[in-house]
Formats: sequence, C-alpha cells, structure tokens
Amino acid sequence: MIRVVLPAHLRTLAHSGSEVQLEVEGQVTQRSVLDALEARYPQLRGTIRDHVTQQRRPFLRFFACEEDLSHEPPDAPLPDAVASGTEPLLIIGAIAGG
Amino acid sequence: MSKVRVLVGTRKGAFILSSDGKREKWDIDGPHFTGFEMYHLKGSPADPNRLYASQCSGWFGQLIQRSNDGGKTWEPVGNKFVYDGVPGTHQWYDGTPHPWEFKRVWHLEPSLKDPDTVYAGIEDAALFRSTDGGQNWQELSGLRGHGSGPHWTPGAGGMGLHTILLDPTNPQRIFIAISAAGVFRTDDAGKTWRPINQGLRSEHIPDPTAEVGHCVHRIAMHPSRPGVLFMQKHWDVMRSDNAGDLWREVSGNLPTDFGFVIDVHAHEPETIYVVPIKSDSEHIPIDGKLRVYRSRTGGNEWEALTKGLPQRDCYVNVLRDAMAIDSLDKCGVYFGTTGGQVYASADAGDTWAPIVRDLPGVLSVEVQTLQ
Repeated sequence: MIRVVLPAHLRTLAHSGSEVQLEVEGQVTQRSVLDALEARYPQLRGTIRDHVTQQRRPFLRFFACEEDLSHEPPDAPLPDAVASGTEPLLIIGAIAGG
Repeated sequence: MSKVRVLVGTRKGAFILSSDGKREKWDIDGPHFTGFEMYHLKGSPADPNRLYASQCSGWFGQLIQRSNDGGKTWEPVGNKFVYDGVPGTHQWYDGTPHPWEFKRVWHLEPSLKDPDTVYAGIEDAALFRSTDGGQNWQELSGLRGHGSGPHWTPGAGGMGLHTILLDPTNPQRIFIAISAAGVFRTDDAGKTWRPINQGLRSEHIPDPTAEVGHCVHRIAMHPSRPGVLFMQKHWDVMRSDNAGDLWREVSGNLPTDFGFVIDVHAHEPETIYVVPIKSDSEHIPIDGKLRVYRSRTGGNEWEALTKGLPQRDCYVNVLRDAMAIDSLDKCGVYFGTTGGQVYASADAGDTWAPIVRDLPGVLSVEVQTLQ
C-alpha cells in the first residue's frame, strides 16, 4: 500500500484525509502513483500535473524520505521505503511569494 | 415574491449574496473554495439552479465547479482545455512569436436555452464550449484560427477572452472580446469569425485604426436589441448600432473615458452604466470619489450617480466582469471593487448601499433574478 500526503486544498477537493493509501500495480514511480491517485480521485486530474504534457505543475514538489524528488524522471523508481509503505510520498505546495 | 442571488468571485473564494425583491436585507453565504481565485461564476438562464464557476490557483491550476442547487453544493467537472490541433503562436509583449498556452478560464457563459451547454473564454485567448454540463470542453478554433491570430498580443493582465455575448434572437450569432485583440463575431455558431473593430481608435498601438489589436475591456447588449452593442474600451466608451460593423464614440461628458465595466439597464435599452477610472497608469477613481455614470441616451450625455457611494478617500478599482444588473422593476445594479465591497442599487442607480464591505478583492459579479 502506497501512502500519499496531499496539500490541504487538494484534500478538500478530493474529500480525503491528509493521507491517502493507494494500491499501485507494478513498479512504484511518480507516474504510477499519480496514475493511481487520479484514478481514485478523478477531480485531481490537472491539479498536480498537466493534462497533456504530464509535467509537474511548477509550484508543486514531491518529497519523500527527506529528499526532494521533484526533478527525478517520472518513471524512476521511488525509494523502497515509499514502495513498501513505510514512508509516504509528500505532495507539497511550494511556499511561494515574498 | 421575487428573489435575487448575486454571485461574487473574489481573489480568495466565492460568495453568494441573497435577498428578496426589496433588496434591503442580504444573506451572505461563503466563502466557497476558500483561498482560490474565483474568476467568474454564472447561472444558467434555462435553469437558475445550475451554476458554473471558474476556480484557479497558481499552485493547482484550473478547476471548473458546477452546482445543481443554486450554489449550496458544488462538484468539480472537466478542467481539460486543450487547444485544437497545433496551437501555433501569437505575438508576445516584445513582438516575438509566443506559443499559445492555456492559463485560466476568465469567463463562463451558459447557453440561453440548454443548462448543459456553456462557453468558456480562456487565457491565452480562445473560446471553448461544453455540451455536457462542463465535463468535456472543445475549442471553437475558428476564432483563434482567424488569420489575425498570430498578431494578437496580451494586454497587461494577460491575453484573456473575457466577454461572451449570445444573441437571444439568433443562435448562430455570438460576440466575444479579447484583451488586447478586440471584438469578434460569428454568424455561424462559432465555425468562422471576423473582427468587428472598425471605428475604434487606439493611440497606443502602431496603427490606431488596425483591424485587430484594440484593448477592449468589456462589451454589453440589451437582449431586446442584440444589434446594439456598447463597449468600454481601454480608453473610450463606444457604441455600435449594426452588430459591431461600425463603432462610434459616446464618451461625451464623462470625466475620464478609461474604465473596465459597462452594462445596460434591464428595461431601458438606451440606459447604460460605466465606472470611470482615472487612467490606465493609475487604476483609481478620480479625486478619491467612487462614481457610477449613467447615460439615459445611449451615451454622450452622462450623469454621476453618487448617493451612497464614497465621495472621498476611495481608491478602489472595478474590474471588467464586476458589474451586473437584475431584471426586477426597478432594476438592481451591482458592482464589486478591488477593495472587497459589493455595492447595490435597488433603484437603477439612483441610490447605493454596500451589501458587504470586507470581502477579498472582487473579480466578478453576476446576478440572478429568481421567481
């Protein structure tokens, strides 16, 4: 079971708690996790990554195991601790502004 | 007993203001979608409980929300706006070609007849339509594909398609306006479009009378006379008596003819309203006085409406989608400010009072007259 922590506005949109748990088929990557997340919560499509390019929205980041994974390729395996459910994948809204 | 429902989009959420036909006491419901920019909310004329809302965020992008119960509950619907075919380029601020990129939905215009059909005006400028209640969106690409498209340039606030007027007498005819390309009209339900900017003069563009490139801020019509259009251009208040084929200036005695909103009285097609703003570089009322101006002659002769509006130390702006008029008798006039006030007049503008004073900056105001 993969654990994903959503930022507050996306929890509201998904009507979920802060952490959601997902079954992911095959290798656990950013893409497979987001595919599973969007399949469970279709209203999140387009809010984390672009509908067409599938690129991460610029003000969102992906953290796990105290690392910033935002610039990892979408098909790169996520850390074992995420794949095993020991650690969550954190989707973070960047603190932007001045 | 009639009721009115005012739909207010702000920089940090949406609010629904309700009153009976007297329009004296108001219920304030909200915020909905707290923290999000709510560019526009509008109800279906065919089913007043069907509302559509444009919800935006720099973090999470664009969402479209739909309500089937007059705004009590909402559900997200489709937010996939993909340009038809290869998008190509338009002109960037520095004159270079720039790829068309979807940024946000500025305006939602439900069909006059079908609650499931709704148009969306987006930035970068294009017109989309949904025929399934907002689930799926298709571009009416004949507009952007008009030969002038590569020469369209964004205004300071972006290249938004901000006004959509549906002709109630002719379902084939739609008017739209883009900052800063101008006004366009289709006479075949959106397949083909042509610019209708003849008569406009804009000194801040290289060719002041160019076919496209005018910074039109808003256009308005009265449903009984869809061939008569009124326009608040960046500078100049204009009118056309032939569906946009030719425009003439009707700024008349306005203290400044810069502004954003323009709207038409519900029962008097020659009575129009604007809110003069000092200039494009200042975006504040003149002399700290918030004044609506009304013309009962279709322009040229204007009177200041000040009773109940702040006449000193007021420096708010009124944005292009932030005025609306109900259809009661006398008609109500509403507008919202960047300072978070929503003002209402229940007597066609003679007197004003704030419905609410301290909302986030107001982006849009629409009103529904309910039986």
